[in-house]
Amino acid sequence: MENNRRSFLKFAGVSVLGLGSLSLLDGLTSDDVIAASGQTSAAEATYKQAANALTAQRWGMAIDTRKLNDRICRNMEKACHRLHNVPDLENKKHEIKWIWDTEYKHAFPAKTDPFLAERFEHLPIPVLCNHCANPPCVQACPTQATFQREDGIVLMDFHRCIGCRFCMAACPYGSRSFNFRDPREAIKNQNTEFPTRMKGVVEKCNFCAERLAVGKQPACVEASKGALIFGDLEDPQSEIRQVLKENYAIRRKQNLGTNPSVYYLV
Amino acid sequence: MLEKALKGSKAYWLWLFALLVIIGVGFGFYLKQLDFGLGITGMNRDVTWGFYIAQFTFLVGVAASAVMLVIPYYLHNYKAFGKITIMGEFLAIAAVIMCILFIIADLGQPMRLLNVLLYPTPHSMLFWDMIVLSGYLLINLVVGWNVLDAERNSVPPAKWLKPLIYLSVPWAVSIHTVTAFLYCGLPGRGFWLTAVLAPRFLASAFAAGPAFLILLCLLVRRVTNFDPGREQIQTLSKVVVYGSIANMFFFLCEVFVAMYSQIPEHLDHLKYLFFGLHGHGTLVPWMWTAMALIVAGIVLLLIPSARKNEAVLAVACAFTFIGIWIDKGMGMVAGGFVPNPLHEVNEYFPTFPEVMIAVAVYGTGFLILTMLYKVFVGVKEELAA
Ligand code: SF4
Ligand code: SF4
Ligand code: SF4
Repeated sequence: MENNRRSFLKFAGVSVLGLGSLSLLDGLTSDDVIAASGQTSAAEATYKQAANALTAQRWGMAIDTRKLNDRICRNMEKACHRLHNVPDLENKKHEIKWIWDTEYKHAFPAKTDPFLAERFEHLPIPVLCNHCANPPCVQACPTQATFQREDGIVLMDFHRCIGCRFCMAACPYGSRSFNFRDPREAIKNQNTEFPTRMKGVVEKCNFCAERLAVGKQPACVEASKGALIFGDLEDPQSEIRQVLKENYAIRRKQNLGTNPSVYYLV
Repeated sequence: MLEKALKGSKAYWLWLFALLVIIGVGFGFYLKQLDFGLGITGMNRDVTWGFYIAQFTFLVGVAASAVMLVIPYYLHNYKAFGKITIMGEFLAIAAVIMCILFIIADLGQPMRLLNVLLYPTPHSMLFWDMIVLSGYLLINLVVGWNVLDAERNSVPPAKWLKPLIYLSVPWAVSIHTVTAFLYCGLPGRGFWLTAVLAPRFLASAFAAGPAFLILLCLLVRRVTNFDPGREQIQTLSKVVVYGSIANMFFFLCEVFVAMYSQIPEHLDHLKYLFFGLHGHGTLVPWMWTAMALIVAGIVLLLIPSARKNEAVLAVACAFTFIGIWIDKGMGMVAGGFVPNPLHEVNEYFPTFPEVMIAVAVYGTGFLILTMLYKVFVGVKEELAA
């Protein structure tokens, strides 16, 4: 952050873009920035890979809707949100969510049929970031704060994000949340292993990149009682590929060309 | 020349002071926004852009519309506009500065704005928008100022300005095109996903911008000794009506495509704006008001006897300006976000602090505009004396 700030000021100095007045703004809010960054210095955009790290050419997830119920969905959401310090905000307008469940008709608005199989009427469908192979959020982000890793995971650098929310307009799945206020007051039991965010930045599911780096499966997968299968989509031998071979699966809005990495077995 | 902005009547200073008060109040709210976060606005998880970005979009149009003076004057040698072209350019300067301020007001982490330049990202349209807007600001500053300076010294403008003036024409088009590209390239937003968005943005800009300029001309004539000229105002009014009709034409094209194809992803946004969706219709009265104003403006401007009556003309221009402002400044952005990608309806309406911050940005724009026009009129009065 300190580094950022210094180069920022240097840039402001030489800027010929008539934005010089920003340094005034910077002065006004610098305390705020330092206070904000102090607590999140642990935030790393990329995670150090341990020797036992799980790796893949392209990570993907298969969600077996036949094994889902409300309780499992609740547990997955809790596991993820607790682990990642996702605040529990009362005001729905400011809500942050990485994974949540919704009705079939909301998860798949274009596939809503009048005579839908009964099972789907009230089935909870978990939705999360699809880690699209062709992600519009990455394309839209003006600072590369949202970027795609080699293994397909779409990650965020909370320290670089300017909070323009262009990525949110670009994401066709509503997977992203914005910190409309300081989230820290609304985190009940803070997990010190994972960074908290500051107000004014965007966040979303990171496919548990920090867990993969130390050889663990994503938290929601662990909490799913076998309903979620996580693995390498490019490896024909992987479990996820076997599952996809044997079951019919659909993806959300695959017609948009984003190429989601999350499959739903129906 | 700048000193001319620092000499003025009591009314002039009073006006500047009033603007400063407005700016101060809005800035107070902005400090609150910096402290609390963008949660003090009406924006939410589903409607993530609101009033600020809408004003930004609208004002990019106002800025681009200066080209409607530059083209006739410099490209078609329409001498009458020589008298007011600088007014258009100065309006563009004030508008672009407001655009930049609105972008800053909208950022969650404004002190990191320059990350856009530190990590240049050509595949992001926002990066290009920043480049073209800054360039346009610079061009208009250099051109407007130097041409006025030459006029003051009764010499022809320097030769090197010519290429810059010609450049300003495509550049003006580019700022609004790139701004439209911010929206129309996003795969999941049916309301914006239309190739006609950029042309429509330009058309509405070429109506709203000159309409505002006419109002400014009438005002300048009233409060100063400089008369922008009846012919000039009448010609501008024709630009307004052409622009406004083209805007409505593009709009109806959009309506046709959505209604006839009946693809829900496209149709639902229009339904939401004009009839409400699933019982939510906050913007319905606004949208119909906007349409009524725009149409009334067109009708008044089309009737020659009405257009030639400057009182009626002023009303028609105000109608056009306000109508397009509502359509572009409220409907266009919020309409694209409702319903959301999961087809849920969560509405948006700006909050009081949000509106006050926006008013302060407009106040800043008017402050800059007033001072620039003061210089301009000062030079004109000096030459007339
Ligand atoms: S789901 Fe949305 S946020 Fe996730 S990668 Fe795709 S576009 Fe980006
Ligand atoms: S809000 Fe942050 S992550 Fe999203 S586009 Fe802007 S800078 Fe990138
Ligand atoms: S993969 Fe990890 S971050 Fe993503 S929803 Fe599951 S637990 Fe949360």
